[in-house]
Amino acid sequence: MEAAVEMKGISHWFGKVQVIHDVDLSVEKGEIFGLLGPSGSGKTTLVKMMTGLLRPSKGVVQLNGEKMPSLKQLRQFGFMAQSDALYSELTGRENLDFFASLYGMSRKDRHLRMNHVLDMVDLTAYASRPVNTYSGGMKRRLSLAASLIHEPELIILDEPTVGIDPVLRQSIWSELNRLRNHGVTIIVTTHVMDEAEKCGHLALLRDGRMMAEDIPSQLKSKLGVSSIEEVFLHYGGGARA
Amino acid sequence: MNTAAVVKRILKQFHRDKRSVALMVAAPLLVLTLMWLVLDTETSAVKLAAVDVPAQVVESIETEGITVTVMDEAEAEEKLNEAEIGGVLQWEDGAPFVILEGSDPNTSGTIRSTLQKQLSEQNASMEWEYWNGSSELGLFDYVGPALIGFFVFFFVFIVGGVSFLRERTQGTLERLLASPVRRSEIVFGYLGGFGLFTVVQSIIIAAYSIYVLDVFMAGNFLYVLLVTILMALTALSLGTLVSTFAGNEFQMIQFIPLVIVPQVFFSGLFPTEGLAEWVQVVGNLMPLTYGAEALRDIMLRGSSFESFQVEVYILLGFTTLFTVLNIAALKKHRPL
Repeated sequence: MEAAVEMKGISHWFGKVQVIHDVDLSVEKGEIFGLLGPSGSGKTTLVKMMTGLLRPSKGVVQLNGEKMPSLKQLRQFGFMAQSDALYSELTGRENLDFFASLYGMSRKDRHLRMNHVLDMVDLTAYASRPVNTYSGGMKRRLSLAASLIHEPELIILDEPTVGIDPVLRQSIWSELNRLRNHGVTIIVTTHVMDEAEKCGHLALLRDGRMMAEDIPSQLKSKLGVSSIEEVFLHYGGGARA
Repeated sequence: MNTAAVVKRILKQFHRDKRSVALMVAAPLLVLTLMWLVLDTETSAVKLAAVDVPAQVVESIETEGITVTVMDEAEAEEKLNEAEIGGVLQWEDGAPFVILEGSDPNTSGTIRSTLQKQLSEQNASMEWEYWNGSSELGLFDYVGPALIGFFVFFFVFIVGGVSFLRERTQGTLERLLASPVRRSEIVFGYLGGFGLFTVVQSIIIAAYSIYVLDVFMAGNFLYVLLVTILMALTALSLGTLVSTFAGNEFQMIQFIPLVIVPQVFFSGLFPTEGLAEWVQVVGNLMPLTYGAEALRDIMLRGSSFESFQVEVYILLGFTTLFTVLNIAALKKHRPL
């Protein structure tokens, strides 16, 4: 089967500093793929390459077999950035309506999908309020809703649960699992270990290098340890020593 | 399609963001009113044409610091039309006869007082005539057109630039570029959304200046609107372009002394005729120079479209240039 996202031989320099060192990764359709690494390890840089915002200095990024950046592929995925990326003067519904119209959805479709995603993130009651009255968690949820508005087959989430309380984090993850069960491919970056355990596939990133990549249970059993945290410390510690 | 979505969103944001709306409309009105209240006359350098004037008279005026050029009547009339000279001194039946260009009250005043001092002793009766305007023209009437242009330009630059910048700092630009929107659609959306708003802004500011503050107005109101709207679009495209080089709102403000203030010096508020040629070349690179000149043409001289069309095309050219550069500059955020 064609991979949802395929990155081959990716290296990247910001000025003279190399931030990504020869990374290869392949995300199968219909899985939750986790990019785990500390801050500054290059997670967001890789995400920017997948979303076409950044062209790697070296290497090729393909979405559904098409080289990025491509306007056609930009239509296929939903993106939730690290910042909330919402227009604070506009209401929740107006924000969603704006993002929906960028995907060329009809008025009727927009209306149906808005109600659906608002309900999904539990914001229906607040939809007519301007976003600047929202709490941090509500903004996060609206941001997630905006990335799902056009029913994408692939969702790329950059640290979706940063600064979110455990209850909300739980609900976001159950939503991601539900989407995965409907065949949606999900790529999520995180530096939270227990979130990493929930991913079907996990890539460990450190200083722009891919340390390991496998299903979580394999990663653990290979090293004979019981938690992803220990796996992470093993690879991370090795690089540091 | 996407352009329309961006336009619609910007108008909605304006609807919510009353403070920016106030800044773009009320602030220019307030400052214009204040300028109108405080402006007083001051002196400046003057050019005078002499037609059939005895040589010793020319000399006596020259010593007073007015530049006198001897020319024939046809040439003098042409220069009056282009407002290149402040007035013409002619000799008719052995008596002086003066035509003042009239759109700059400072110039007219200097010529009047100098000539009266030098010539009135020998010639009891001097004839005065105004080419444009009338003796009623005050300083505010002269600077009014430039000020209208300047304030439209200034506030659109600030509000347009900052809102485009916020698009970046709040992360929505990245979010937009991760959708199938074209870079040009974002830029045109901004031009469209702000463009519609600046039509309203221009009507209010021009109407207030002309009908409430009673700035001298000899020309067509629609021409004034055409030029102010073009200036607003130039300011918007320049503001959004400049915002690409600002890291935050504060840095955007730092561009004011660099980008806006120099333009004021060349907008005709201060006389530039006496400046070195290379300094005038600098003025010719600035949009405000052309906008202010066109507005003076319309409001003081009542000119028809033909006489200020070059300025209109130049403003359109500036807008196009800044827009193209802006679309290219967005490549920094998405290579496609």
